[in-house]
Amino acid sequence: MNIDARTYVIYLLVMAGVTLFLRAVPFILLRKKLKSVFWSSFLAYVPYTVLSAMTVPAIFFATDSRITGACALVAAVVASLLGGGLVTVAAVSCLAVLGVDGLLLVL
Amino acid sequence: MSSRTCCGIALHDSNGSPFAWLYNLRIFKYLHKTCPKRPKFAIFARMSYTQGVKDGLPIGLGYFAVSFSFGIAGSNFLSWPLVTLISMTNLTSAGQFAGLQIMTDAAGTFIEMALATFFINLRYSLMAISLSQKVSPDFGTVKRLLLATGITDEIFAVSMAQKSVTPIYFLGLMTLPYIGWSSGTAVGAICGEILPAMVTNALGVALYGMFVAIVVPQMKVHKPTIFAVAIAIALSCAFKFVPALSCVSVGFAIIICALVASLLAAAFFPMKLEDDEGGAK
Repeated sequence: MNIDARTYVIYLLVMAGVTLFLRAVPFILLRKKLKSVFWSSFLAYVPYTVLSAMTVPAIFFATDSRITGACALVAAVVASLLGGGLVTVAAVSCLAVLGVDGLLLVL
Repeated sequence: MSSRTCCGIALHDSNGSPFAWLYNLRIFKYLHKTCPKRPKFAIFARMSYTQGVKDGLPIGLGYFAVSFSFGIAGSNFLSWPLVTLISMTNLTSAGQFAGLQIMTDAAGTFIEMALATFFINLRYSLMAISLSQKVSPDFGTVKRLLLATGITDEIFAVSMAQKSVTPIYFLGLMTLPYIGWSSGTAVGAICGEILPAMVTNALGVALYGMFVAIVVPQMKVHKPTIFAVAIAIALSCAFKFVPALSCVSVGFAIIICALVASLLAAAFFPMKLEDDEGGAK
């Protein structure tokens, strides 16, 4: 799944360039506040919709079997509902995969 | 904040830093000469590089953990220096991860990369606009250009809690998060290359676990987010499992899911505009 160096460099430049553009240009030029409730709501929702669209269903395919992936998602949601922080929730989901993998080996 | 004030100037607690007394002594000397004439100085007194570094420490530690997972995810496709370079030039979480997926997707294109990065990172523009009203007058164009990379969700939140942000404080604030983010990626990617398959297989879900840990608490405190997330997930599953839609590449699928879900949520459940203080207190 390796990509060649030239393609990598162009991808990297596009990514870094667009990101810097988005941060620097408004920081330098715009001094006014965004007044529109609709657009500021839209932008506030974006991180959450992006993250959830990237997580489900991709998490099911992140491990060798769909079962462990599903267990990881359930474990993460439960840990997060119980108030776990970033690192705790991530660790719990990894342990769920290891645990289920171990169980499957034993059975 | 754990500092006292004297003539409106913040003093550092002597137990905070071993050099705080030196800093305070300098302020006292300065006060002695100029306090009545230059009250403006008061706002920027606690805006030192050291204070920024101190305030950035918890962010840096958190970033190390998140980018460790990014490094693990990236090590499946790229060698560790290449994965680390992405973190060093971008300093974004969701944007970088989507970028990685597009890079490794055979159907991915440069246009797709540009569009996905644009929409996923568009919120930084909003933060940059808010922040530009908080910065001190000596925050010139060149400094803004160089320090703009530091505008991330967490650094932004801490900055907005300050009265005014000087370039040197902002540089201090972004130092440890930047180091944490870059080194975490490198360590994660190297671990991904050398750890046994069963462990890296399990670590592969770490990043998703963190995404869950970001989204779920927001769903708990802000119910309309559940609606937005449900639409995003439903669409994302449709792109994966409906045969007619599965020809759409990963990057465009993410863009469409996020745009449609966010637009619908903004139309049906607009959020109240926050005041000048931003999200942080």
